[in-house]
Amino acid sequence: MPNSVKTQKKTQKKKSKTSAPKPRSMQGCGIVVDAFEQEGVEVAFGYPGGAIIDVFDKINQSDKFDFVLTRHEQGALHMGEGYARTTGKVGVCVVTSGPGATNTVTGLADAMMDSTPLVVVSGQVPSSLIGNDAFQEADVVGITRSVTKHNYLVQSVEELPQLLKNAFHIARTGRPGPVLIDIPKDIQKATLEDYVYPAEPDLPGYHVQVDADKENIKKAWELIKSSEKPLIYAGGGILNADASDELYELATRCNIPVTTTLMGLGCFPEDHPLALLMLGMHGTVYANMAVQNCDCLIAAGSRFDDRVTGKISEFAPNAKIIHMDIDPSSISKNVEVDVDLVGDAKIILKDILKLAKKCDNSDWVKDVQLWKKENPLRYNGDDDSDLIRPQLVVETINELSDDDAIISTEVGQHQMWAAQYYTFTKPRAWLTSGGLGTMGFGLPAAIGAQKAFPKRQVITIAGDASLQMNIQEIATAAYNNLPVKVVVLNNGWLGMVRQWQDMFYDKNYSTTLTSKPQPGCNISETNPADWRNSEYLPNYEKLAEAYNCWGRRVTKKDDLKDAMIECFQSEGFAILEVWVAREENVFPMVPAGASLSQMLEGMA
Amino acid sequence: MKEDTMRRHIFYVLVENRSGVLARVAGLFSARGFNIDSLAVAQTEDSKVSRMTIVVPGDDKILNQVRKQLGKLIDVHEVQDFSMEARDIVDRELCLCKIQANAAQRSEIIEIANIFRARISDICNASIMIEATGSEGKIAALLKMLEPYGVLEVARGGHVAMARGKVK
Repeated sequence: MPNSVKTQKKTQKKKSKTSAPKPRSMQGCGIVVDAFEQEGVEVAFGYPGGAIIDVFDKINQSDKFDFVLTRHEQGALHMGEGYARTTGKVGVCVVTSGPGATNTVTGLADAMMDSTPLVVVSGQVPSSLIGNDAFQEADVVGITRSVTKHNYLVQSVEELPQLLKNAFHIARTGRPGPVLIDIPKDIQKATLEDYVYPAEPDLPGYHVQVDADKENIKKAWELIKSSEKPLIYAGGGILNADASDELYELATRCNIPVTTTLMGLGCFPEDHPLALLMLGMHGTVYANMAVQNCDCLIAAGSRFDDRVTGKISEFAPNAKIIHMDIDPSSISKNVEVDVDLVGDAKIILKDILKLAKKCDNSDWVKDVQLWKKENPLRYNGDDDSDLIRPQLVVETINELSDDDAIISTEVGQHQMWAAQYYTFTKPRAWLTSGGLGTMGFGLPAAIGAQKAFPKRQVITIAGDASLQMNIQEIATAAYNNLPVKVVVLNNGWLGMVRQWQDMFYDKNYSTTLTSKPQPGCNISETNPADWRNSEYLPNYEKLAEAYNCWGRRVTKKDDLKDAMIECFQSEGFAILEVWVAREENVFPMVPAGASLSQMLEGMA
Repeated sequence: MKEDTMRRHIFYVLVENRSGVLARVAGLFSARGFNIDSLAVAQTEDSKVSRMTIVVPGDDKILNQVRKQLGKLIDVHEVQDFSMEARDIVDRELCLCKIQANAAQRSEIIEIANIFRARISDICNASIMIEATGSEGKIAALLKMLEPYGVLEVARGGHVAMARGKVK
């Protein structure tokens, strides 16, 4: 949610009309739970332990929010992210000291990289023991300093209410991010006599620029107007700012093609003729051609990540660049820009739309659409073998899933195929770990989203290697009756690493095989009879059974569709394991460090 | 990085006077691969606020990023930076140095110190301690003059700086 000065003023007015809340006597642990209630928290995720047990003692006394016990703290963080990214609200997690808190580090880093609002409350050993190497002690603010937007070690119960207020404000405003509050056990137990939850944050050093400079808005529009080959490159910032409608209006009014980053998928409907799908390393040929040929690149809530730009000196060589970003430090960090628009994307786009008139650009759009027609995403799909191509699995999910389905992924080849072959049409319905590339993100993120939207279909597209990384969260889904559907694209490898070994390391498949071949067998794709005798670990059908869930293993093309229909129609949590063609690689591909003009096409 | 585009800037940064803030600022520099030439921190006229004076070498791109990344830290209230060559700032360093000196050399050394308006802080049979404040150039010139006698120990306080004239 953007930090809108206007809404702040409104709430201030409201507050002043109603009588000020009366001070109450409350313990630190009660203050934490009260703060959650005051902030409108609907659900929190986490895991108890000795140093946070006082807070848990109050948690089950609140009827304002649910608490989901996860099976690992990393799972809790990703659930918080899944909840936050689909709802636009702050994800909340509660964990204990020491290992509980250190287990959150990957989740914090993931949320930091993908600008996801989280508030994480961790217990800490009593103040008197800090620094003594006490049982389950870790320097959590030290460890998490560089992977949080901000963190606090609470030093007294008196400052606790204000720090909680600040934490929620910092997490959700500006460029959203994770905030951790570490609370020593003695402060959880201490009583504050005159507790009132503060109405406003107290952050003299924190300023969020919401409105971009008006002169620059004018310059941006002049540049768009005078360009003949404009292109919008939209990212996750559009989703965070809930600015999809404004982006759609600008693109259609001015006839500008739109390519999106991995994080931005769904911010512009991919079934629209102006949609060029994803750009970058595994982007479409036509999106990357459009980048290399455009004369004006409008970066909207995107940050010129190296997986997007390829070789930076040859990125969009003919283009003037307009960059809108809420984070001033993103401007000219990787690419020098011509017009910077620091502020909230929704407000910036609205300001541009006030000036924007219809544009022609028809020659350019015709060119782009010709590229689109000539270079579609393609794969070896017409072979008459019974092999299941992984791309076909994603296409089948696309065909069979609900219109408002939420799709999450793990990290690797399947993630790229999901990004390429699923048609994203709605904002906040796509969950993937973009910046950090966290294997193990997809399943818990889906569970968090399902908790937020119990009635919507939530599907995880997983690789078998990533799914293993937080596999324990199946128990969380099953226990809480959260009917996430997991489709595992199992090729018996750590697929993406294997692809790099295949293409750039002379087929030296060092430690990337996860399926166990029978002695003397040839496991290459051309010998399906042999590799189908390999032992794939685990057997997900049996694993599902262990959790009393629906599970099925499919190895032949003819069985895929029926099994998927059954999976999607099953009642609770379900796993469909699909044995896909073993040696399929993700194409197109721009090798790391190469220019976007040097795309490799597998099937061309 | 091309040497000819490298410059040095003095950042002065007002920060919340709270535990962990120095680690946060220092961590920013190490995490992003920026260098620090010198760093001085102390409380200001307001006990809730500390002032850090940080000398940073870099080209325009790096200095810009340092400015923006410092500004992004929630404990940072204000960032200002000046080129080291700027004339509208007062920039000083404190230097303590212990010089080898027997009785015969003492008066020569004291004379040198006087020229640099430095003070004698301590004296014993074999050495003499000098306390000097001034610009980086002045301190360097003093140390160069004292070098022939034998510099036993040097402690420098890091730059502290303030803009001339107007108060915000």
